[in-house]
Amino acid sequence: MRSFVRRTAVPVVAALALALAACSQGSATRSDEPVAGKTTVRYMNFSANDGHEKDLDAIKTAFESANPDITVQIETLPYADYFTKLQTAVAGGTAGDAFELNYENFVTYTANGSLAELKGVDAAPYKPSLLDAFKADGKQYGLPASFSNVVLFYNKDLFAAAGVAPPTASWTWADEQAAATKLTNKGNGVWGDYQPISFFEFYKTLDQAGGEFLAPDKKSSTFNSDAGRKAAEFLVAKAGKTMPTEAQGAGTPDFDSKLFKDGKLAMWHSGIWMFSGLADAKFDWDIAVEPGDTKKASAMFTNGAVVSAASKNQAAAQKWVTFLTSSDDMVKARLATSWELPPVADTGKVDSYLTAGKPANRQAVFDSLDATVLPPVIERQQEMQDAVNKELSAAAAGRKDVATALADAQKAVDKLLA
Amino acid sequence: MSRRGWRNRGWVLFFLLPSAIPLVLFTAVPMVSSAWVSLNRWNLISPMQWVGVDNYTHLLSDPATRDVFAHTLVYCAGYLPLVFAGGLGLALLLNQRMPGRAFFRAAYFLPVVTSWVVVALVWKWLLNPSSGLVNSLLGALGAPQPGWWTDPAWALPAVILASAWKDLGFVMVIMLAGLQAIPQDVLEAARTDGAGAWQRFWRVTLPLLSPSTFFVVVISLINGFQVFDQVYVMTGGGPSGSSQVVVGQIYDLTFRYGRAGEASALSWILFAVILLITAVQVRGQRRWVHYA
Repeated sequence: MRSFVRRTAVPVVAALALALAACSQGSATRSDEPVAGKTTVRYMNFSANDGHEKDLDAIKTAFESANPDITVQIETLPYADYFTKLQTAVAGGTAGDAFELNYENFVTYTANGSLAELKGVDAAPYKPSLLDAFKADGKQYGLPASFSNVVLFYNKDLFAAAGVAPPTASWTWADEQAAATKLTNKGNGVWGDYQPISFFEFYKTLDQAGGEFLAPDKKSSTFNSDAGRKAAEFLVAKAGKTMPTEAQGAGTPDFDSKLFKDGKLAMWHSGIWMFSGLADAKFDWDIAVEPGDTKKASAMFTNGAVVSAASKNQAAAQKWVTFLTSSDDMVKARLATSWELPPVADTGKVDSYLTAGKPANRQAVFDSLDATVLPPVIERQQEMQDAVNKELSAAAAGRKDVATALADAQKAVDKLLA
Repeated sequence: MSRRGWRNRGWVLFFLLPSAIPLVLFTAVPMVSSAWVSLNRWNLISPMQWVGVDNYTHLLSDPATRDVFAHTLVYCAGYLPLVFAGGLGLALLLNQRMPGRAFFRAAYFLPVVTSWVVVALVWKWLLNPSSGLVNSLLGALGAPQPGWWTDPAWALPAVILASAWKDLGFVMVIMLAGLQAIPQDVLEAARTDGAGAWQRFWRVTLPLLSPSTFFVVVISLINGFQVFDQVYVMTGGGPSGSSQVVVGQIYDLTFRYGRAGEASALSWILFAVILLITAVQVRGQRRWVHYA
């Protein structure tokens, strides 16, 4: 028996010990050893990915020189992987002390109790509407870090060639439709318009038509209404007529930006984050506030910075997210590189943005903010977006009429709210 | 047991460890945990809530479950005959003496060892409804041009086509091995007795290939029920959910919807279905599988 123990157990234990030692090397999200007397704050984010890592580093350096007792450790992840990674990191207890969240995911994270309440927040530097976006039950759970919106891009050369007057801030859907019809020239492969037939365009056009997506108590959805049908009809009617269909490639990555850059698209509903990508376009282009229907409504997206409820350094983490979201160093870094806009209340601070190059009418970016609509947000966000997209794409392809598609979508969303 | 036996057992266990440790850590432990998770409601972040068999009863009454199983069955029904007939045809062809035989064998096997993501992207591009090579050819021939992955009726056929193409080589290799194991004297005897080429194939070759056929059918069905990569890359389950399969649904439930409990329950339902189908096949083999 002794020989059994020696012969069997020793190699087994040795191998196990080796395996366990290998495992305990830890994951990529493990924090480094703290430096004596210093607090380390780990910050996870996606919006610095792909080009703005240095700008975020500049903000971090400015923060560290103002707060010598705090070290910030930044982890930047691509947007496509970010929420899967964040979910597993929070679940595994390895998430950062602070992390970035977009507005759509904010409710999910407040609901599951992963966020620490931020106390004693100085509201003065922030745009009030943006600050409110990161409140839940009257408590501040996050600070707005940046925002961006959607405008109507247009190809000036195509408008001039077709003899159509360019879009103005007072345009309505009817003006857009009329212009799109005149500008579409299928023989030359030129399309008048591009607006994805999706959840994100639908809630906005619904608002423009005077409808509401959710009931005030958020216990049921209300988009299957006259306004809803009108909005969906407006979007669906474009497919194949003034806008390419899904079968013609619409909806595949970069399809729309490529079409616009190739000079084959006259009007394009897209975000201000596309500005830098269009810098080398070979034609003249500009932007206008998106057309409305019974009222104006522009889509606005905002990202926030939050503090993890599981963090041991909440005070230091709050200092960092406050600096990250309101300091002049942040404003400078964002404006200098046409990053997403800083969430500051003082518009004087963002003046330089207006003259930073193409498009000429950058004022439209700020004019759009007079009437904005935020995405409807529920706890089961992704399922809701998928359900609405599924029905809208069925309607766009003519597999369902708009009324049936909206009724089915509402039924599916109500089930998620039950 | 003898002293020597004990001594050997220790070393046998030791040499098993490199495969036993990952098997326990990455297969046995996750299986047990997923059985536990399947009895809870869990969004991966908040603490688990015990719900008993609710996840199972909910899934069994959910029309979405019926849909994803139906799509998976359609996939298997389209994929299996295609890959089997194609693989067998290639094996028969490449079992002949012909110039460049080794090259063709390697060429047809190459897709099998290629990453699914790469293959799926290439097929997605080939089958692009407006600018893909396949539709350009069909258009030149005056044939109808399907919408492939943008048309709900064609999304699954597109995936089936790509999958059959990729796995042809695998079936071919198994069948080639089977063909070469058929004793030449049996075929000689059949020829002497006056059997024609067609009769020799149906009456001798095919029955003697049945062990290989059995293996291919079992493996292909198990893989077919677990189809995921190519669907995820080519159609993402769309359009309008028309090509969503069981494993795709498990992925979405966990990583997009935070419903890990239901996803685990669905995994176990899939496991039960595959186990049942495989058990039926193993029982049924007595009737048609001939071991030479």
